Amino acid sequence: MADARAPFVSDRTGVTLRATDLRLRQLGIGLAAVVVAVVAGLTIGPVGIAAHRVLLELADMLPGLALDSGLSDAHAAIVRELRLPRVVLGLLVGATLSMSGATYQAAFRNPLADPYLLGIAAGAGLGATIAITSNLGDGAGALDPVPLAAFAGGLVAVTVSYAAGHLGGRSTASLILAGIAVASFLTACQTYVLQANSDAFRRIIAWILGRIATSGWSEPALMLPYFVVTAAVVLRYRRALDVLAVGDEEATALGVNPRRVRLIVVLAASLAAAAAVSVSGLIGFVGIIVPHTVRLAFGASNRVVLPLSVLFGGAFMVLADLVARTVLSPAELPIGVVTAFLGAPFFVLVLRTTRREVW
Amino acid sequence: MVAHTPAEGRQDGRNGAPSRAVRIQSVAVTLDSTQVLRGVDLEVEAGEWVNVIGPNGAGKTTLLRAVLGLVPFRGSIGINGLRDRRRSARARHVAYVPQTPVIPPGMLVADYVLLGRTPHRGVFAAETATDRCIAAEVLERLDLGGFSERTVQSLSGGERQRTVLARALAQQTEVVLLDEPTTALDLGHQQDVLELVESLRRERGLTVIATLHDLTLAARYGDRVAVLSAGQIVQCGRPDEVLTVGTIAEHFGAQVRVIDDPEGPVIVPTAAPAPEFVSTKSAARSLPKEP
Repeated sequence: MADARAPFVSDRTGVTLRATDLRLRQLGIGLAAVVVAVVAGLTIGPVGIAAHRVLLELADMLPGLALDSGLSDAHAAIVRELRLPRVVLGLLVGATLSMSGATYQAAFRNPLADPYLLGIAAGAGLGATIAITSNLGDGAGALDPVPLAAFAGGLVAVTVSYAAGHLGGRSTASLILAGIAVASFLTACQTYVLQANSDAFRRIIAWILGRIATSGWSEPALMLPYFVVTAAVVLRYRRALDVLAVGDEEATALGVNPRRVRLIVVLAASLAAAAAVSVSGLIGFVGIIVPHTVRLAFGASNRVVLPLSVLFGGAFMVLADLVARTVLSPAELPIGVVTAFLGAPFFVLVLRTTRREVW
Repeated sequence: MVAHTPAEGRQDGRNGAPSRAVRIQSVAVTLDSTQVLRGVDLEVEAGEWVNVIGPNGAGKTTLLRAVLGLVPFRGSIGINGLRDRRRSARARHVAYVPQTPVIPPGMLVADYVLLGRTPHRGVFAAETATDRCIAAEVLERLDLGGFSERTVQSLSGGERQRTVLARALAQQTEVVLLDEPTTALDLGHQQDVLELVESLRRERGLTVIATLHDLTLAARYGDRVAVLSAGQIVQCGRPDEVLTVGTIAEHFGAQVRVIDDPEGPVIVPTAAPAPEFVSTKSAARSLPKEP
C-alpha cells in the first residue's frame, strides 16, 4: 500500500503532478508510534522491567528465534501473560475505533460522525445492561453473556437505523437522523432497565465507562478476526471514499454507486466497532480525535487517513490504558475518562497549532 | 497518447446523415409527483454546442440530470457509442460540471482532477502513469499547472470553476454537460470559461450541452439555442432565430430589446414600466408582439 513513487512530471507539459497516497515516511512515523506505545505498555507498571529486556523477550517469542532476555520467570510471565495480551487488545480496540470513526466521517461526509453515530453505543449499552441485570449465567466460564449481548445489541441498532434511514429518504441526513432516533429510544430503554435494577448500577456504569482488561488471550483473539476483516474492507474502499467526498450526485456522475459504497463500508465499520464495544465497553472520543489529528497532520485523503488512523488509534489506546492503570495504581481509572481527559486538551492544541484546512 | 478522441461522428456526417452524439426522445421526468419534464426531444450532433435556456424552474438542470442518469425518466436518451448501461460506462462518455460543485474539504487540486479518471481506472485501482499524464495535461491546458499542490478550497471562484472543468475534461468524454458554468463569475471570468470551452470543443471535438441564464452569452457561444419552458422544448434553432423579443417575453416574462450584432443578438432589458404583477404568462400575452 505504501507507495513512494517519485512525483510525476509530464514529458509533454513539464507539469509536476503528485497524487496523494500513503508515503513510506508517513507509514514509518505511524509504525514508530506503535512501537513506542507497545514498549512503554510492556515496560511500565507496578513492576518496572527494562525496555531492552522487553524487546529481547518479544524477539524470543518469534518462531525460530531463541534469545535469553535475562528476565526471571516471574517477570517474563508478567510481560507475556499479563501485559502483552492487554497491549494487543489496546492496539486492536484503538485501531478499530479510530478506523471506524474515520470511515463513518468519510461515508457521511460529516466531521462529527463517530462509530456510535448509528446507535451502536446505545444498542450495546442496552444489551449489556439487560445481560448484567438478569444475571445470565454470570461467571459460568465458557461464554460471558455480557459481551455477546452488547455485540448483538449494537448490530441490531445499526441495522434498524440503516433500514429506517433508507425508508426515510435518500440523503445521508435521513440516515443520521434515524440513528439519533434509534439511539434515543434504546438509551431510554436502558435507563428504564437501570432504574428498575439499581443494585446493578455500579456494574453497569463500570461497563459503560470502558476498560482494556484481559484474562489471557481470549479478548484479543475474539477481537482479531473482526479487526482484520473490517480493515481489509475499509482499506480496499479508501479510494472510493475519496470519490464520495464530492457528494453523491457527482460521485454518480463519476461512475461510482455512492449508496452501495456507503452500505458496505458502514456495515464493515459497524461490525468491528460492535466487537470493540462488546469487549471494552463504550470508550468515547477516540473515533473522533484520532482521525482528525491524522487529517490535520497528514492531509485529508482517505488513502492516508484510514491506514494512519489504524496505527495512531492503536498507539493512542495503549498509552491511554497505560495511564489508566498506573495513575491511581493499584486502582484503575476507567479508560473512557483517560481518553477524554488527555485527548480533549491534546486535540484542542492540535486544532490551534495547525493551519491546514481539512474540514 | 493523450489526444482526445475527436468525435468520430463528424466524418460519418459527410457521407450521410450527421451523427447524433446525444438523442433525447420524449423524455418525461416526474419528481415528487410534479411533472418537471413533459416529453422533451432534442438531438445534438457530435461536436455541436447547444445552449438550453429557459426561466427558473423550467427543468434545465433536470434535463442534464436525466442525461447523466441521475433521475429516473420515461422516454429514451441515446448517447453515441454507449451500449453499456452501467454508471462507469456512462461516465466514460458523459462528463458533468454541476452548477454548485461540492468542494471536498482539504482535497488537493491534483487529487480532485484525478477523480475524473475514476471511470477509467476503476474505483479500487491506483492511478496509472497515463491517468497522471492526462491530468497533468489538462491542468496545464487550463493554466492550473501551478495549483496542483493547493487545496481546491483555497482557490478563487474563477480558478475553482476551471478546476471543476479540468476534472470533467480528465474524464475524456465525447459529451460534456455544463450547468450554469458562469454563475458566480464576473464578466471577464464568464468570458474566459466560455472561450475555454469553445477552444476545447474545436481542439477535441467535444459535444457541449450547457444551460445558461445570460441570453446574450447563450447567443454568442454555441451553435444552437433550445428554449425549455414548463418542461418542454418550445423552440430550438440558431440564436438569431430563437432569441426574439416575442419569445423572450412569452417564456421569461421579460421585456427586452434585441439588438442585432454580427456576433449574434444582444439582449438588453428595457426600463419600460412593468405590467402589474400577474403571472408571467398573462403578462407576456398583454405585451405587443415584435414589430
